[in-house]
Amino acid sequence: MKRRHFLGLAGAATATALAGKANAAGGHSFEGYPNSYGVLFDASRCIGCRQCEIGCNKINSENVTKPWNTLPKKDPKVFEDLKGMNAKARTDNTAYTVVNKFEPKALGGKTPVFKKAQCMHCKEPACASACFVNAFKKNPEGAVTYDGSVCVGCRYCMVACPWDVPAYDYDKLIPYVQKCHMCHPHIKAGKAKVPGCVSACPMEALVWGKREDLVKEAWSRIKAVPGKYLPHVYGEQEMGGTNWMYISNVPFAQIGLREDLGTTPAPQLTSSALGLVPLVACLWPVLLGGIWQITKWKDKKAEDEKTQAVAEAVAQERAKAGK
Amino acid sequence: MNPITYLKFVKEHPILSAIFVAGVVVTVNRFFIGGLAGTTNLDNNNPWGIWISFDLLCGVALAAGGYTTTAAALIFNIKGFRTAVKPAILTAFLGYAFVVYALLYDVGQPWRLPYPVFWSPGTSSVLFEVGLCVMLYVTVLAIEWLPNFTDWVGFQKISHIIHKCTIPLTIMGIVLSTMHQSSLGMLYLIAPGKMHPLWYTYQLPLQFFVSSMFAGMSMVIFEGTISHHYLHSRMSPEYNRDHDGVLFMFAKACSIIMLGYFFMKLVPIAGENKWAYIFDGKYGMMWLIEMFGFVALPCFLYAVGYRSKNTGTIKVASALAVLGIVFNRFNVSWFGFNVHLAPDQKYFPSVQEVIVSVFVVTLIILCFRFISKYMAIFSDHPAYKDHH
Repeated sequence: MKRRHFLGLAGAATATALAGKANAAGGHSFEGYPNSYGVLFDASRCIGCRQCEIGCNKINSENVTKPWNTLPKKDPKVFEDLKGMNAKARTDNTAYTVVNKFEPKALGGKTPVFKKAQCMHCKEPACASACFVNAFKKNPEGAVTYDGSVCVGCRYCMVACPWDVPAYDYDKLIPYVQKCHMCHPHIKAGKAKVPGCVSACPMEALVWGKREDLVKEAWSRIKAVPGKYLPHVYGEQEMGGTNWMYISNVPFAQIGLREDLGTTPAPQLTSSALGLVPLVACLWPVLLGGIWQITKWKDKKAEDEKTQAVAEAVAQERAKAGK
Repeated sequence: MNPITYLKFVKEHPILSAIFVAGVVVTVNRFFIGGLAGTTNLDNNNPWGIWISFDLLCGVALAAGGYTTTAAALIFNIKGFRTAVKPAILTAFLGYAFVVYALLYDVGQPWRLPYPVFWSPGTSSVLFEVGLCVMLYVTVLAIEWLPNFTDWVGFQKISHIIHKCTIPLTIMGIVLSTMHQSSLGMLYLIAPGKMHPLWYTYQLPLQFFVSSMFAGMSMVIFEGTISHHYLHSRMSPEYNRDHDGVLFMFAKACSIIMLGYFFMKLVPIAGENKWAYIFDGKYGMMWLIEMFGFVALPCFLYAVGYRSKNTGTIKVASALAVLGIVFNRFNVSWFGFNVHLAPDQKYFPSVQEVIVSVFVVTLIILCFRFISKYMAIFSDHPAYKDHH
């Protein structure tokens, strides 16, 4: 009994020690991988030609790496449809990137401004922190990649992502999560030098390079023409920083980029709460075991007192009768 | 079953048969024909629907009667609780087993559900903790429940061995319940940008845990009432003698815990100065209804019912508390989630999703009925007349 009790508690403690490791991985401060690559998007240069979408579809439907990294091939004519660019269109399991058209108030509500949406490739990704099978990986090169071979399909990554990026193959019986991988597998395999969207952009609205250089480039563009850009590099700090960044001549909120997300990296949102788990697992058994012992002892003592009182009363009666 | 007996069954139980047929049809559609797209209204912005909000979050909270009752009866040694243990464990076991069953519908590749624990553990994930705890707790509950089965089929040796492990099993059950009841609330901590500020707080894990206590006890009262109505003939005199005592004790405990919970919900509102949201639009209204209609009111009714020893008032309070838990979990995971989306992008469950949820609840009730009819749940097994 005693030994089994111990074994049971030991089992519970080990189980939670495992879970406790989690915050060791998530709680510390992480400066991001040095020399990682990223992309800078300049909203003032984008003309909404959707060539980046075509480039993305081309490389990811032909240069197939794994079944979960495969897009269905689309006819380039599909991308001529301007209705598909409305502000609500989002990435899905047929497109890793979409260009949205906005008519921001800052420019009078008539002039169109375009924004390309795709995975932001966070320095500390929410999806990777949320995934319970480690299907997401932040690569030292900067890209956040997805490994469908372990994915269970819980879709917690989609709940966690602050930018609503990951999409799901709802229509398939063996579905995967789909999201931009910054052409990481193609670049690794030597099939491309830069992401498909970047090489397809005719306006140089997309710049590929080391993240540190991109931040410098962004700020030098902002400073070069005073008043043209907003003095903010979106993605430099947001959610702990991202490898895909934006500069814009209109407020970011008016081109569909949330400005209320703060600068806390996603893993930190849960790591302190997860850190309490081992505490519960260690403290609770001791407390409960103690309470159990005390109540048992209390009951036994009450029982003993009762028997003793009865015995005394009987003895008294006997003594009386004997007199 | 030959067609004639089947037709007889259909004639006697038309609603049950309809639910069963619909459930099987949707199940086939979900796994072999339409997939998730053909059965649900889930989309890329709303990856979690009613199968998570109701089947998982509400299911787990309402199955909390298992740990609260065993704690009261076996750890705190409260007199008159022993007979309540077996029904509570059965409810918890069925509740959890069917939470796992319902998850098979929701995840994309259900055959991989053991992956997070045995193949590729993602230990930084809250969901990993939920998964691990639920897996371990289902195992603990299965072991705790097993004596009912082994007594029934006559393997009393196994029952004796398990009886000797009662205390460690109970403690493990409480520890695991504490952890994953709270970690269900913890799941939402990662999405501050998507939740309504009235429900998002770093105290969500604590709120989920504390509310699971009175959710579990209210469910024991609520379901004890129903069992009394339909399974009265199966109940031993001991069970019936203790029944009202359990009811009053839980009513008192619930009213105290709910009072604490009421203020626990207010503290983050005050601490983060979110008062303005309370009187702002429909979300403020929903928050007020949740707080006063489903926390303060049942709390008060429980106290009144306990004082005047009125079982009717207590039963009303328990029904309100159960509904309140459902409302709260829906607010956190559905109504108050994805508030940044345009109204036409918000999720509403499809008919097929609702059918699956109804189907699962029906299966739980059928299993409960079957087991409590044939095994000694509301009475002691004859082999244990002089036991305990």
